[in-house]
Amino acid sequence: MLKANTDIVRLNGAEKHFGAVRALNGVDFHVGAGECVGLVGHNGAGKSTLMHMVAGTLRPDGGQIAVRGNAEASYSVARALELGIRCVFQELSLCPNLSIAENTRINHPALKGFGWRRKAADLIRAKLDEIFPDHGISEDDIAGDLSIGRRQMVEVARAFTLTSEPLHLVILDEPTSSLDAHTAGQLLAFVRRFVAAGGSCILISHVLGEVLQNADRIVVMRDGKVVAADAADVFDRDRLVAAMGGAEGHQKAAAEARKTEPGALRVRARPARQQDGKELVARAGEIIGLAGLAGHGQTDLLLAIFSAAARAKAGIEVTAPVALVAGDRQSDGIFAQWSIAQNIGIRSLTRLRNGLLISPQREADLAEFWKNKIGIRTPDMNNNIFSLSGGNQQKALFARALGSDAEIVLMDDPMRGVDIGTKLEVYDLVREEAAKGRTFLWYTTETEELDNCDHVYVFKNGRIVADLGRDELTEEKIIQSSFGDAG
Amino acid sequence: MLRGLLPALSLALVLIAIAWLNPRAISYFGFNLMLNLAIPIALATIAQMFVIAGNELDLSIGTFVGFVGCVTATWLRDAPLIGIVVLLGSIAVYALLGALIHLRNLPSIVVTLGMSFVWQGLAILVLPKPGGKAPDWLLSILSFKPPYIPFPILAALIIAAIVHFGLMRTSYGVILRGSGGNAAALRRAGWSLLRTKIVLFALTGLFGVLSGMALIGITTSADANIGNGYTLLSIAGVILGGGEFVGGRVSPIGAVLGALTLALAASPLLTFMHIPPDWQVAANGAILIIVLAARVLISRRER
Repeated sequence: MLKANTDIVRLNGAEKHFGAVRALNGVDFHVGAGECVGLVGHNGAGKSTLMHMVAGTLRPDGGQIAVRGNAEASYSVARALELGIRCVFQELSLCPNLSIAENTRINHPALKGFGWRRKAADLIRAKLDEIFPDHGISEDDIAGDLSIGRRQMVEVARAFTLTSEPLHLVILDEPTSSLDAHTAGQLLAFVRRFVAAGGSCILISHVLGEVLQNADRIVVMRDGKVVAADAADVFDRDRLVAAMGGAEGHQKAAAEARKTEPGALRVRARPARQQDGKELVARAGEIIGLAGLAGHGQTDLLLAIFSAAARAKAGIEVTAPVALVAGDRQSDGIFAQWSIAQNIGIRSLTRLRNGLLISPQREADLAEFWKNKIGIRTPDMNNNIFSLSGGNQQKALFARALGSDAEIVLMDDPMRGVDIGTKLEVYDLVREEAAKGRTFLWYTTETEELDNCDHVYVFKNGRIVADLGRDELTEEKIIQSSFGDAG
Repeated sequence: MLRGLLPALSLALVLIAIAWLNPRAISYFGFNLMLNLAIPIALATIAQMFVIAGNELDLSIGTFVGFVGCVTATWLRDAPLIGIVVLLGSIAVYALLGALIHLRNLPSIVVTLGMSFVWQGLAILVLPKPGGKAPDWLLSILSFKPPYIPFPILAALIIAAIVHFGLMRTSYGVILRGSGGNAAALRRAGWSLLRTKIVLFALTGLFGVLSGMALIGITTSADANIGNGYTLLSIAGVILGGGEFVGGRVSPIGAVLGALTLALAASPLLTFMHIPPDWQVAANGAILIIVLAARVLISRRER
């Protein structure tokens, strides 16, 4: 075991309640110096709560926290920063109205006085160059104008910038959820370098491969408790999933080849910047993948298809009602003030109507049906949508799309930051719905998800550069075409 | 890019229209006359901009300007010490309002709407009938005639430059704007949101006081209702200048340009267009709607 004085942080018997919900139920957790700890578990297992405690944004209701062997009685964000503990939160925490340099300033009280702007700009540029050599972000860019992936890159880089405060431990909560494979690799390589140089890191990720490959030690949480903790090489994928209480049985279903007989044409679309004759074709009952590096026109095409369903658009043909599952769920998906049931029902208002009004009964029925079908974990569907964990919010958005009359479902990388159990459940559901004749257009940054697709289009610079059938689909091929010079 | 230029463009458009209708108005004397009330409007707009930067709205700025005007035309002349204390005290009241709004999580619209009646009532108590007289030093400041550049334009440049530096270039200005952009992120980085709100409201109070004093320096005497139109004028000026109601996106230079546009569009332009005074208020509103609609269209296209 590690000695106490090499601990960066140690929590003993940490507890936290939110009303009747016990988010943390006596958790012991520690991180040593020069160690990368992987933290895995389903959404709602208590990972985020635990990390908020380490970062000082939440106070434990019970238990102690000690930093470098000293018990901290009044631990806070300011104290954590002073002790060199920082956190990159899952919800993006940049100020969208400020430039990248100004956002860097927010985390560094020391950046002030004459010439602070230049210092802040140099600081963040150097760090971005170091972690993501080909980032293409200018320090004068306004954060809100950047794509979600680039915002995440900035946020990660910002956490590693150094001024007067020390830096010992960085908590990375789903740092790669909006990054494509290439940038995610750059980030993880940097994390390894950081740890090798003596820094410590907590890596939370739902991509189990990332955790297995990069963590020295893995801690598994379930229902507010630590259920397993051991050196990373003791675990493999199956053991991790088992420890998380996961859905092992589903695993390989995806790989089963599905018989697809071409159905009626549902979507025929050509990206606005496409110059050759390539176009995306989707038929009834098909799951179509949109792959490639993040932000290369996949979302734009989905949105173009979505608007073409309402109003005719050149180059795009859509023959059935469309629903969209948003990727940036906080800004594009959720009605923050509404209940879960209302959030699900909004796409189906015509069906829920009784005369001029919405029938509360039908709305409740619809919500209840999907609660059971998709497994939304809540005591009451009339609770506010924010009472759900991130993964369950995403399930509600799926229920909104699947509960509607839409025959075409557009998915804009909807699984980012969603735990593996939820993912597998949703994959099954998508295949089941496709078998019933629905069409799915699925943009994803996770190559594994493409295994669910019948057909994959790879995007680069707003154009389709490759068109892969199910049998030709390999990760290599996708990476090759997303980096290749074709198109 | 185009969007950032829109405030300047709309001002240029109004100026071109005036030049076309009445070329003689584009002169040293003409600007002094047309922009007569631009300085207090610009100051009130800047005041409003500070609360808007923190995602709040001040519906009391108009009556506050009126109250300050009444104090300036009476106590500040007759008993300067009391006058100064009262004005500083009123800035402190603004700071307290900011604290109250933050701590009790109250909607600023409600609080400041209530305060607008308080300021109005106090103004009537201080000066029941129109009258009073501005202090002589204030009169001489505002009747300053610099060479070549008309004073209102010079003053607008100075105001814009100072506030731009303070809010957009200093390191604490970043924190103030960040509090409107993503308050949670700021709290996580260890900043006090109570403090940012207090500072923003105190700055609103400060610029409200400057606006009221400037107004009296120009009109020479006060009336309890003198500033009532400033509430909506200041909000319109901020929005016209490229600001947004939420998200901490504001621009001091834009706000001053917006205030100048409004001041010019208000009466000089409409008078030159031979629009009867009865219709001027409505025409002013129409101009506002056209400019704001253009802004929405442009920003949508740029997305």
